[in-house]
Amino acid sequence: MTIMTTAPQQNLMERTLSDITVITWRNLVRVVRLPQLLLFSTIQPVIFMLLFNYVFGGAIVLALPPAAAGSYVNWLVPGLLAQFALFGGGQTAAGLREDLSQGVIDRFRSLPMARSAVLAGRTLSDLIRSTFILVLLLGVGFLIGFRPQTSLAGVLGALAVGLAFGYAWSWVMATVGLLVRTAESIQAAVYLVIFPLAFASGVFVPTETMPAWLQVFTEHQPVTVVTSALRGLILGAGALPAGQTVSGQVALALLWSAAIMAVFAPLAIRLYRRSVS
Amino acid sequence: MDKAIVRVDGIVKVFANKIRALDGISLAVEPGIIYGLLGPNGAGKTTLIRVLATLLPPDAGTARVAGFDVRREPAEVRARIGLAGQYAAVDDFLTGRENVEMVGRLYGLTRGEAQQRASEVLERIRLVEVADRPVKTYSGGMRRRLDLAASLVGRPQLLFLDEPTAGLDPASRIDLWGLIQDLVATGTSVLLTTQYLDEADRLADRIAVIDHGRLISEGTGEELKAQVGGSLVEMSVPEADRARTIEALRGFSIGQPAYDDQRRKVSLPAPDGSKTLMEALRRLADVGIRPDDVALHKPTLDDVFLALTGHAASAGDNREISTNVKPRRHI
Repeated sequence: MTIMTTAPQQNLMERTLSDITVITWRNLVRVVRLPQLLLFSTIQPVIFMLLFNYVFGGAIVLALPPAAAGSYVNWLVPGLLAQFALFGGGQTAAGLREDLSQGVIDRFRSLPMARSAVLAGRTLSDLIRSTFILVLLLGVGFLIGFRPQTSLAGVLGALAVGLAFGYAWSWVMATVGLLVRTAESIQAAVYLVIFPLAFASGVFVPTETMPAWLQVFTEHQPVTVVTSALRGLILGAGALPAGQTVSGQVALALLWSAAIMAVFAPLAIRLYRRSVS
Repeated sequence: MDKAIVRVDGIVKVFANKIRALDGISLAVEPGIIYGLLGPNGAGKTTLIRVLATLLPPDAGTARVAGFDVRREPAEVRARIGLAGQYAAVDDFLTGRENVEMVGRLYGLTRGEAQQRASEVLERIRLVEVADRPVKTYSGGMRRRLDLAASLVGRPQLLFLDEPTAGLDPASRIDLWGLIQDLVATGTSVLLTTQYLDEADRLADRIAVIDHGRLISEGTGEELKAQVGGSLVEMSVPEADRARTIEALRGFSIGQPAYDDQRRKVSLPAPDGSKTLMEALRRLADVGIRPDDVALHKPTLDDVFLALTGHAASAGDNREISTNVKPRRHI
C-alpha cells in the first residue's frame, strides 16, 4: 500500500485562510458550547450600565451637554461600547494561554498548518464574539431608555469604530497572554492595565469635570478618544467638547487603533514564535 | 536514497538550565516497523521525539525524517508525520468527529475529504459509536484512542507515540497495543517511547535503550532480554534448608542458583518463566523443602539498566526535565 501525503497542491494564501477559518470556527464553537464564557463578558457591562445609569445617573446628568437629551443613558452607552473592548480582551489573553497549553499546541505545531492561524484565529473569533455582545449591549441599552440621536448609519458606524478599536486591543491582550505565565497573573495584569484606561476616561463622566492634572491623561488616552467618536456618531456633534468634530474624533480613534495594532500585532507574533520553540 | 525513515546523527539539545537532554544521540529506524525508545523519566525520549517532530530545534547534529531534514525542511516533515502524546491533545468541547475533521482540514483536506477521512479513521479506531459526543464525556482510554485517530488523519508515513499507554488501565493498554500493531500491518512506521519494558517488549520490533540523552543499547527485544537474563525465580527459605535448596536447583535451568546475602533470597534464572518455577518447586518438594516465599520476577527497566549500565534506572537517577523550559524569563 502506498502512503500518500494528503497535502494537496493549494497555494499558500488559500491554505493560510483555510487554517485561520478552521481555528476561528473552533474557538467560536467553544464559546457556544461553554455559554459561561459569553455570560461573564456580557454580565459585567450590563451591570455597569444598570449601576451607573440608575445609581449615579441622576447626579451625573446635571453635568452633561444638551446633546445627551437630558438622559444619562444616552451619554453612557457609547462609552460602554468603547470600554467593552478593554474588558472583553481578557478573554483573548486567557484563551491564548489555553491554546498554548501543552499537547494542544504540540499537535498544532506538528501539523503542516499556517503558523499565523492560532493567533489570527484567536483575535478573529474574539472579534466575532465581541460583535454579538456589542449588539446585545445596545439592546439592553434600548430597554433602559437609550435612544440614538442621529441615524442608523451613525449607530452602525459607531459599532464599526468600536469593533476596530476592540480588535486592535485584542492584540494588546494577546501580548499579555503570551508574556504572563499563569492564569492568575493574567487576571492581575489585565486589570492593572485596564482599570486606569477604563475609568480615567470619558466613559462615565465628562473629562472636563476632572482635575486639570488628570485631564492631561484622560483627555488624550485612546479610550476617551474612541468614546468621543462613538458619542459623536450616536448623539451628534453636540455631545463633544468644544473644538472637536465628529469626523475628527473618528479619524483619531481609527488612528489610535491602527497605531496600537502596528505596535502590538508584530510583538505578539514575535512572542508567539518564541514561546513555541 | 536513504531507506531509513528516521536518521538521527549526533543530536545535542541543551536546555536553558544547562541540562543536556540529548547528548550526541545517533540512531536509525528502518521503515515499516515499531521502534521503541525505552528509558526512565528524564532520559531524553520525549525531547528526541519533539526534535524529530520539528517541535524543538536541535543545538547540534542532524536529524532526517522520511528523507527530509527537520531543521531545513520542517514543513515537508510535518506533512508526513503524526503525533500522539500522553497529553492526549484533543479539544474537550468538540465532538470526537469534529476533532478529527478539524485536524484533517489543518492537513489541507477540503471539508468533504476531511469528513470522509474522519469516518474512515474513527471506524478503524473503533470510536464510531461515541464519535458524536463531546470529548469531555470520554474515558481516558477513549481520549487516547481519539488522539491516535487524530494523528492518523493525514495518513502519516511515520507516527510518533509518546508514552501512549501511560496511566491507562490494563484492558485499555492491551486494546491500544492491538490498534498500534494493526497500524504497522498496513505500512505505517511507528516510533514510540515508553518506560515499561513489557510494552517495549510486546510492541517494538527494535528497542533503543536511552539514558541521560544517550543511546545505551539497541537491538530486538530478545537480544535485550538475553543481556538481562530474562525472568528470575526468587524464594526465601529457612536458613537451615538453604544449602540443600541450592543443591536441588542446580543443573536444570540455563543458569545456576545463587544466594543474595543482602536480600536473603535464593534466585534462579528462569528463561522459561513459569515452567522453570514449577520445576523448581517440584524439585524442592522432592527433597521436602517448603519455601517461605516464592516469586517469579520479570525483568524490569531497572534490571535492564543494571545489566547494561551497572546502575539502576530509578531512585536518584531520575531527573525532572521540563520539555517546555523557555529560554527567556517571564513575569
